[in-house]
Amino acid sequence: MNLNAEDFQAISLTLQLASVTTVLLLLLATPVAWWLAHTRSAWRAPVASLVALPLVLPPTVLGFYLLVALGPNGPIGQFTQWAGWGTLAFSFWGLVLGSVIYSLPFAVQPLVNAFEAMGPRPMEVAATLRASKWDAFFTVAVPLAKPGFVMAAMLSFAHTVGEFGVVLMIGGNIPDKTRVVSTQIYGHVEAMEYAQAHGLAGVMLVFSFVVLLGLSWFNRRPHRHATRHQKAGA
Amino acid sequence: MTLRLFLALAGSVFCSAVQAGEVTVAVAANFTAPMQQIAKAFEQDTGHKAQLAFGATGKFYAQIKNGAPFAVLLAADDETPARLEKEGLAVAGTRFTYATGRLALWSKQPNLVDDKGDVLRSHRFDQLGIHKIAMADPKLAPYGVAAMAVIKKLGVQANVVPKLVQGDSVGQTYQFVSTENAQLGFVALSQISLDGRITQGSAWVVPQSMHTPLKQDAVLLNAGKDNAAAHALLKYLQSDAAKTIIRTYGYALDH
Repeated sequence: MNLNAEDFQAISLTLQLASVTTVLLLLLATPVAWWLAHTRSAWRAPVASLVALPLVLPPTVLGFYLLVALGPNGPIGQFTQWAGWGTLAFSFWGLVLGSVIYSLPFAVQPLVNAFEAMGPRPMEVAATLRASKWDAFFTVAVPLAKPGFVMAAMLSFAHTVGEFGVVLMIGGNIPDKTRVVSTQIYGHVEAMEYAQAHGLAGVMLVFSFVVLLGLSWFNRRPHRHATRHQKAGA
Repeated sequence: MTLRLFLALAGSVFCSAVQAGEVTVAVAANFTAPMQQIAKAFEQDTGHKAQLAFGATGKFYAQIKNGAPFAVLLAADDETPARLEKEGLAVAGTRFTYATGRLALWSKQPNLVDDKGDVLRSHRFDQLGIHKIAMADPKLAPYGVAAMAVIKKLGVQANVVPKLVQGDSVGQTYQFVSTENAQLGFVALSQISLDGRITQGSAWVVPQSMHTPLKQDAVLLNAGKDNAAAHALLKYLQSDAAKTIIRTYGYALDH
């Protein structure tokens, strides 16, 4: 394979970005998904649609809005400057913000499904046993929804690794800060370095296939998993 | 008499119907604005229609190599057309420089950039509010190569390089500066000037002696070998009408 030091740097940065994004997404998506799975509010449909927007919006739209919003005159830029962080475009944390938005539906949807599949019973039972809401959430809901969490994490991670348009538009191609695998491949292709493009593109192909393969294997297990938990709970 | 007139009329209608062709052109992103205007004039003057696709020259190269149906390439450099000719993908002997690009150091803020580029020598970037300086990726764009040459010539690498962010083309570099995510940037003069005036902010038009000339070459591609409209367009680009438009956008013409 024809990978050079810069390619490995891009791979390592991509893994960092995807890891940080996945952790943040799980923290952010859990309450959102919980609310979406349980609320009867009229806001449910608008919020669900808002969360799903990155699925259908072209990355160029997200990238363009982010570029403008992160700038010194944009709302996010004004906030980050006020907070003393400067502006976020062309920084690792700028990419994290973009990735969190970009991959949000991939974290929220599996969790909503998992929470909905759980039904109200387990939490009600926990409440009758005088477990506090938080206690019940962490000791009953989280273990029951574990397949949903695993799926949300895998999808968020893989989707962030595959992110391209948003990074291209707000990244600025800085080695070790914003130059990820997808933009590095783009650079190789544009610079007519096809051998190197092939090397990295092959890595991406294998990685993506393995993740999807892992997901479909994992997807065949949760039934047994859930019944075991239910038996244990019953 | 009437019959002859009729035949003459019919003949001319017939001929113009045959002659009015269509040509698909791949145009370097930095040449977008002038080319739109030239295509309009070209259509009015010759009846031929030019379909324009704008983008990065490297991407066009990859597409042409893989069978893209472009008849003419207006590149951002002189290397890509030469390379295509060498590889037998372009018609030999049809290359010429249609415009020479000018590099400019630009900021959205008025008065930030002086007319000698001394702002780059400043050791007080932070006090001036300069956190990021944008340029096109030298690996991908000739404007990036030129910008790097200027930075080296001024001897300001130590100060400037840590602040650099790179666009994949001079078009993206312009976005970075125009949204003020970068406070300074090396862009194409054609992007920020009209009729010899900088349209907004402040800029230093970099002397051409500071970098290798940004020669932008046109070439007839194999797909356009027998296309009359393609031949006509290449000729039209060298006409006075086209040259006037090209100059308006801040390109140099040295032929």
